[in-house]
Amino acid sequence: MKFAVLRFPGSNCDQDCLRTLRDNFGASADPVWHKETSVDGYDAILVPGGFSFGDYLRCGAIARYSPVMGAVTRAAARGVPVLGICNGFQILCEAGLLPGALVRNRGLHFICRPVHLRVTNTVNPFTRAAKEGQILRIPVAHGEGCYFADDATLDELEQKGRVAFRYCDENGAVTPAANPNGSVRNIAGILNQQGNVLGLMPHPERACEERLGSTDGTLFFTSLLGAGLASVS
Amino acid sequence: MKEPAITPAIIAKHGITPEEFVRIQEILGRDPNFTELGIFSVMWSEHCSYKNSRPELKKFPTTGPSILVKAGEENAGVLDVGDGWAVAFKIESHNHPSAVEPFQGAATGVGGIIRDIFTMGARPVFLLDSLRFGPVDKGSPGAATNRHLFAGVVSGIAHYGNCIGLPTIGGETWFDETYAGNPLVNVFCLGVLRHDQIARGAAKGVGNPVFYVGAETGRDGLAGAAFASRELTEESKEDRPAVQVGDPFREKLLLEACLELLASGCVAGIQDMGAAGLTCSTCETASRGGSGIDVDLDLVPKREDGMTPYEILLSESQERMLVIVHRGQEDRVREIFDKWDLPHAQVGHVTDDGIMRIRAAGAVVAEIPASSLTDQAPVYHREAADWTPPTPLDISSVPMADLSAALTSLLAHPTLARKRWIWEQYDHMVRNGTVVAPGSDAAVFLARECGKFLAASVDGNGLITKLDPREGGRRCVAEAARNLACSGAVPLGATDNLNFGNPHKPEIFRQLRDSVEGIAEACRAFDTPVTGGNVSLYNENPTGPIDPTPVVAMVGLIENEAHITRQGFRGGGDAVWLLGDRDAGLDASQFLLIIHGRKEGRPPETDLGAEVLLQQTLLDAIRSGLIRSAHDCAEGGMAVALAECCISGDRPVGAKIELPDHQRREDEELFHEAPGRVIVSVDASSEAALAALCAQRGVPALRLGTTGGADLTIELRGREFQWDVEGLFVAWDSSLGDLMDAVAEPLAAH
Repeated sequence: MKFAVLRFPGSNCDQDCLRTLRDNFGASADPVWHKETSVDGYDAILVPGGFSFGDYLRCGAIARYSPVMGAVTRAAARGVPVLGICNGFQILCEAGLLPGALVRNRGLHFICRPVHLRVTNTVNPFTRAAKEGQILRIPVAHGEGCYFADDATLDELEQKGRVAFRYCDENGAVTPAANPNGSVRNIAGILNQQGNVLGLMPHPERACEERLGSTDGTLFFTSLLGAGLASVS
Repeated sequence: MKEPAITPAIIAKHGITPEEFVRIQEILGRDPNFTELGIFSVMWSEHCSYKNSRPELKKFPTTGPSILVKAGEENAGVLDVGDGWAVAFKIESHNHPSAVEPFQGAATGVGGIIRDIFTMGARPVFLLDSLRFGPVDKGSPGAATNRHLFAGVVSGIAHYGNCIGLPTIGGETWFDETYAGNPLVNVFCLGVLRHDQIARGAAKGVGNPVFYVGAETGRDGLAGAAFASRELTEESKEDRPAVQVGDPFREKLLLEACLELLASGCVAGIQDMGAAGLTCSTCETASRGGSGIDVDLDLVPKREDGMTPYEILLSESQERMLVIVHRGQEDRVREIFDKWDLPHAQVGHVTDDGIMRIRAAGAVVAEIPASSLTDQAPVYHREAADWTPPTPLDISSVPMADLSAALTSLLAHPTLARKRWIWEQYDHMVRNGTVVAPGSDAAVFLARECGKFLAASVDGNGLITKLDPREGGRRCVAEAARNLACSGAVPLGATDNLNFGNPHKPEIFRQLRDSVEGIAEACRAFDTPVTGGNVSLYNENPTGPIDPTPVVAMVGLIENEAHITRQGFRGGGDAVWLLGDRDAGLDASQFLLIIHGRKEGRPPETDLGAEVLLQQTLLDAIRSGLIRSAHDCAEGGMAVALAECCISGDRPVGAKIELPDHQRREDEELFHEAPGRVIVSVDASSEAALAALCAQRGVPALRLGTTGGADLTIELRGREFQWDVEGLFVAWDSSLGDLMDAVAEPLAAH
C-alpha cells in the first residue's frame, strides 16, 4: 500500500506523517507537492496538518485551489481513502469533500493538549480496527477547530452514521466540559457520504509511540494498512 | 531626492556621540552623508556592536572539545552531539518591541532567532521561552496593562511558532513589579545539522553574485536596532513604527527554501537580515569574508515605491536573507525560490577592496570600509560602582505567617503556578519529538533527524541577581545544569541573555559585570562553554531600571532513553530522599517576596564544587537505574518542591515527609532557597544502593519519607503540616488560567 502525503508550502506535520507511516508501520509513503496535478498510483492520500498558505484569513481557503486538490477530488470519487488531519480537515471542508466548516475555537486561544475521543463509526477504512464506542486519547493542536454546520447537515451526518468521533471525557461521556473548542454536538471528525474521506481535528500521528504518551493513533494506520484486523473481527 | 544636511542635532538624534562622529570622519576621510550616518548609527548601536558589553563577554569560556563553531564567529554557536551530528542554538531578546507592541514584538522575536539557526544550515527543531511581566493578579497596580502585555506576548509567540511548525517545549515565566512596562521576552531556538552542513556568513569569492531572497523590503522596523538601544519612555509608544510585523508563513517558506538551497551546494555564504537589516548583513558578510561588497538598491525587491536609500538600508522588514552564491549557480537559486514562490533578486557582487559600496539610481550613495562598521565599532569600558554586600535578613523582623495557607498561596502565585495557560497555546508537540513536555525541570526532545535525546532548560532569577549579581549569574547556570541532571542529561553548553538597565549608570554596569563573572565562573565549573547569546541593555521604564535578569539556557544530551527522568512522583510506596542538604535563611526567597512583600537579604551562595558533585552523583544514580523521579529544589524552597513532586506527575500522589531539623524557625525550614538540593524518589529496593553511592561520593543524602496517600504531610520537630494534594493541584493548575480567562483582554487579531 502506497501513501501520498500532500505537502502545501505551509504544511508542518507532513514530515511527522511520513516518518510515522514509514518508521512505525513500514509503509511506503511519498511527499506530494501541492503543485502536482496527479495522485495516480497512490492507494491512500493523507492531507497533513499545518498552515497551508499561512491561513491568515480562513484556514484552507487558498489550499483548495492548489492543483493537487483537483487530483485528490478525482481520487476520492474513485473511492481512494483520503484522511485529512487538522489543517487537512479544514482543507477538505473548504474543497467541498466534507460538509461544514472549522471556525475559531471557543475561548479564542490556540489549544494543544491530549483529548479523549469516542469512536462512533467503525465501518470505514480508517477506524475499522476500532471497537464501536472505544475511547481514544489523542492530542489536538489548533486555533480553528470548532466544527460548525447547520442543523440539517448535522442531522444528516448523525442519521447516516457519518460522525466518526466525538470529544468525550476519559470515561467516554460526551459532555460540554470535554469539548475543547466548542464544536457543535462535540464533533471531532466526520466522514463523507461514501465513507472513504475522513477529516478530524486530533492528530493520530502524534499518538503512535508510548514515549509520546499514547499509542491510540496507531489504529488509524493499522486500519488503513489492513493489519491487525484479524484480532478485531 | 534631497538628503538632510548633517547637523549636530541630526548626529545626536542618531545616538552618535561627538567623539564617535570624529572617528567616523577619520575612517571616511570626509564627512559622512545622511545615509552613511544612518549606517554607522545602527551598526555602532549597542544592539549590533555590543560596545558597552563586549569586554565583559570576553570573560565567558567559549572553547571545549565539542565546540564546532565558537561564540561570536557566526550567527549561532554549534556543538557536536556525536555520530557526525551537531546542534546550533541561541537565545535572543525582543524586549523593547514587545513593550510597545506585545503581539508583533514577540512574534518577530521568534522569527529572528529561528533565522539565526537556519542561517547556520541547521533544521530548527524546538523553542524555549523566558518571559517576565509586571504583576497580573487582581488588585495589583497596572494589572490590566500587564495582562494585556502577557496575553499579547504569549499569543505572538504561539502565532509564529505554531504556524512555522516549531514546538515550544519549555520555558519559565515570572511576574514582578520591576518588569511593569518593560517586559522581558527571550526566546531560544535549537536546530540540528550534520557537521558537513555548517554554513558560514562570509562573502567569499570575488565576483560571486549576491542575492537578496525573501520578503520585500518595506518601511517597517526602521532603525529598530537603535530603538532597542535606548531606554523606554512614555513616548516610546510613538516608536511603534520601529516594531516590525511578522509573517511566519513567509518565514516557513524562507526556511524550507534556504535549507534546500544550502543542500544544493551552491551557497558560498549566507546571512539573515535581522537587526539593521540589509546594512548589517552586507557589511558583516564582507567583513567576515575579508572582502568587499557592491550592492545596487534599485534591484532590491520593495513593498512600496519612493523609499530612500536610507530607508531601504535601515528597514528591519522580516523574513529576508542575503545569500552569496558560487558564480554560475544563479539559475539554481532562481529555481528553488520560484518553487517556494518567494521574491529573489541578484542585487550585487563580492569585491576585493574591503568596501561596502551601495548604489541607487546610478550613483554611489554609501561607501564605507566594511570592517570599520563591525570590527572598529567603539568599545567602552564603563565605570562600575563599588558593591556593598546586602545586609542578611533579620528573621526576627519577619512575622510568622500561616504556613499551611502559605504553601497554597505560593503554588497559586502566577510566578510559581503551573504555566499550562501558556504552553497549551503553543503547539508543543509538532515534530513528534516532545518526550518530556513543558512543566518538568527540563524539557526532553527526541530529534528524529539524528535520533538524539536532547534536554534543555532556561533559568534566570532577577530577585537574587538584584541582591547579589555574581550569585545571580552563578545561580542561573547551576539551576539550569541541575534541571538537566534531574532529567538524566549531561550538560553540553549554554547560551545567555543578559537583560539589564542602562550601562552608563555605574551601579547597572556593576550588575552586568558581576553577573557575567558569575555565569563565567559557573560555566567553567560545569564545563559548559557559552556558545553565544544576546545582550539587552536599557531595560528601563519611567520608574527606573529592571532588576538585573541574566537568563541562561542550557542544552544537554541524554545518552540512553532509559535515563529520561521526570520530576513528579510516580505512585505510592516509593522512598523520598533529599540529595544535598543545606540550610539557609529566607533571604531572597520567593516566600519572603510573595508572602511578606520583601525583596531583601543576602542570597545563599552557590557552592559550585558541591553542586558539580551532586549533579554527577545524581546522573550516576540515574544511569544505574536507581531513580524513579528527580526534582530540583529551587523557587519556593523545600515545601514547594515537595508539593510539585506530588502534583506534577501523571496523577497527584501524596507523601509523608519528615524534614531535617536545622534549628531554624519553621518558615525558614520549609521555604528557604539554599541551592544544591534535589528531591528524588526511589524504589525501596534501591535505597541502600543510593545511600552507598552518595556516601562514597561525599554527597549528603537523607531519607525524608515515603510517597502515597491523598495528603502531603510534612513533619517538622514533631509538628505536622498537612495538605490535600488534590487541593494543592487545583490551586497550582488552574490559578493562571482563572486569572487570565476571567478577565478577558482584547487579543490582537491574528
